[in-house]
Amino acid sequence: MGMAVVTLVLAIPLLAALGLVLVPGYRTPARLNIAASAATFLASLTLFVVEPAATKWFVLDAFNIYLIALTAFVGLTTSLFSAGYIAHEIRIGKLKPLQLRFYHAMYQAFLFTMLLALSANNLGVMWVAVEGATLTTVLMVSLYRTAAGIEAAWKYFILCGVGIALALFGTILMYMAAQPVMGPGMAAMTWTELMVRMPEVNPKVLNLAFVFLLIGYGTKVGLAPLHAWLPDAHAEGPTPISAVLSGLLLNVAIYAVLRFKMLLAANGAAIAPGPLMVAMGLGSLLLAGFMLYRRRDIKRFFAYSSIEHMGIITFAFGMGGPLANFAGLLHMAMHSLTKSAIFYAVGHATQIKGTQRMDAIRGLTVSHPALGWGLLAGVVAIAGLPPFGIFMSEFLLVTSTFARQPLLALPLAAGILIAFGALVLRVQQICFGAPDGVSKAVPVAWSLLPLYAHLGLVLVAGVWIPGPLVAWFQTVAALLG
Amino acid sequence: MDIGYDAAHMLGAVVLLMSFALLYQRRIFSVITVFTFQALALATAAAWQGYAQGEPHLYVTALLTLVLKAIAIPLALHRIILRLNIQRTVDAALSVGLTMVAGVSLVTLSILLVLPVTTDAATLTREGLALSLSVVLLGLLMMITRRNAVSQVVGFMSIENGLIFAAIGVAGMPLIVEMMVAFSVMVAFIIFGIFLFQIRERFDTLDLQKIDSYRGESR
Repeated sequence: MGMAVVTLVLAIPLLAALGLVLVPGYRTPARLNIAASAATFLASLTLFVVEPAATKWFVLDAFNIYLIALTAFVGLTTSLFSAGYIAHEIRIGKLKPLQLRFYHAMYQAFLFTMLLALSANNLGVMWVAVEGATLTTVLMVSLYRTAAGIEAAWKYFILCGVGIALALFGTILMYMAAQPVMGPGMAAMTWTELMVRMPEVNPKVLNLAFVFLLIGYGTKVGLAPLHAWLPDAHAEGPTPISAVLSGLLLNVAIYAVLRFKMLLAANGAAIAPGPLMVAMGLGSLLLAGFMLYRRRDIKRFFAYSSIEHMGIITFAFGMGGPLANFAGLLHMAMHSLTKSAIFYAVGHATQIKGTQRMDAIRGLTVSHPALGWGLLAGVVAIAGLPPFGIFMSEFLLVTSTFARQPLLALPLAAGILIAFGALVLRVQQICFGAPDGVSKAVPVAWSLLPLYAHLGLVLVAGVWIPGPLVAWFQTVAALLG
Repeated sequence: MDIGYDAAHMLGAVVLLMSFALLYQRRIFSVITVFTFQALALATAAAWQGYAQGEPHLYVTALLTLVLKAIAIPLALHRIILRLNIQRTVDAALSVGLTMVAGVSLVTLSILLVLPVTTDAATLTREGLALSLSVVLLGLLMMITRRNAVSQVVGFMSIENGLIFAAIGVAGMPLIVEMMVAFSVMVAFIIFGIFLFQIRERFDTLDLQKIDSYRGESR
């Protein structure tokens, strides 16, 4: 039953990607894109009622089911936003229909690779899927064919290419460590089988493997000092792609790191991955917090905010334990929803003002109230203020860290506050004051729907998380150890 | 004397030697020629391992390496360089002497890193792993010290050669072919799909220093 659903969840975007290659124009593909994403999301919802299961190729447990559903949901809302965004870009002539020839096919292929990475039980398949996700987005980042866009795509390819090369080396080492115990063949690459036999595996090779895997997949997470690709790729590509990069791809990369962390924890004798992750997380948090102050480009600004939040999430999982893991899981979901909502709002704002420069975007709440207040709510949420969900996860993380390691809680709280300052400073300028000039372009009412849907969910999560969801997250937190 | 061990060892040494040779080439065509030799050595190593381990899928790996990396990619790169009239010399960030010193230190580092932790693996596997880590690190060094898009792509592909060499050396490693195809598709996409043409079209150069001056911030 479970495996049939997984096959369906993967088959819809794959077939849609293949089909969309054949459909010319951009209106019909945009509609088909929404339909396919909606079908994927509906199919993924049924995963919540199936039993955890594992086959040779796929694994389903509480951990990846929630991420699959989240990915499918944000994939759906972004496809809605993308339809309005792309139509506007065509109207003002910034994109030509020919440049969009493979855009929707690539979008579905991207969703497929992420869902495959999340559901794969085989470490090699997971690697191929993450590599495929890089491939599909490289071409979308350079969609505008501008000098800066091509440079961003080049940087993205070089850094993430090297990153996934190192991750593959780590995967080979992982197989090499397991092979003497489990014998040659597919079993030594299958995650569920590895979990069973892990205690017998040579811990020294595992340590070496994990270092490569953390650096490799960590590049894709955007952890400092390997984050250089992230702001460029977010700023220069079309905004729907920035939304899915930040909201989904970074989560998938963290998921990959965590799967390997679970393997190391199962071994027992290997190094504790926690301190490494705590250090990288704190480094990213502090670096991004300071960098936020010097940004002038609005998409780059929120890209640095993503690095900051990835730092917080990595820190949380590095601390481990039921509370910190719970905070990390909640933060993954909340950041994903909030950040993509912010990118929807930013996409509209940059289209209205015709620029990404922050000093040129002023007084949005006056000129475009629905959009301006939406963006303001998004920034309030991402800054970690109540009553939104990110407040819950950050509060949980800071308090649990204070209880266990007060010395680590200080830099954590400092980093969060530094980033908070930058966000408050910038959002005032963007949302309030007298609007610059008069802009004719008004976003279509329905295209604000994804923004408000996400904000609504984040608000609800901040006020009241349903009991079953809490139980679900507690199960996953226990799985993560 | 174990001929199987010696042959595998020698082929690995050739792959590593070619990585060193890549580091000091000044002309872009010699970079491609040296890369071709590395791919040939890798293809032979894969075929030899296929025979030694009795794993038929390694022959597929060998064939793919031969066709894609020793024939198709070098030919395509040659054509692109001629067609686009790209500058034929490569600027390096470090002098040859310093690059060699850095290279030797990286090889020492990988031997010191790999050999102590793999004490219970077979000798050939351990040494193969040390060799392949060296090739990966030398490829990284090449990508750092070269400012030219073509030699960065060649550096990336030599990293990939190191990875394939590691994978064929471990007994019964599954999915090697699939991984190789995934990598090659990526490289092909990057080289032919957009970069060489788009970069050339936009900047009229493949020198990355000039490209790097474009920053989103300065707009």
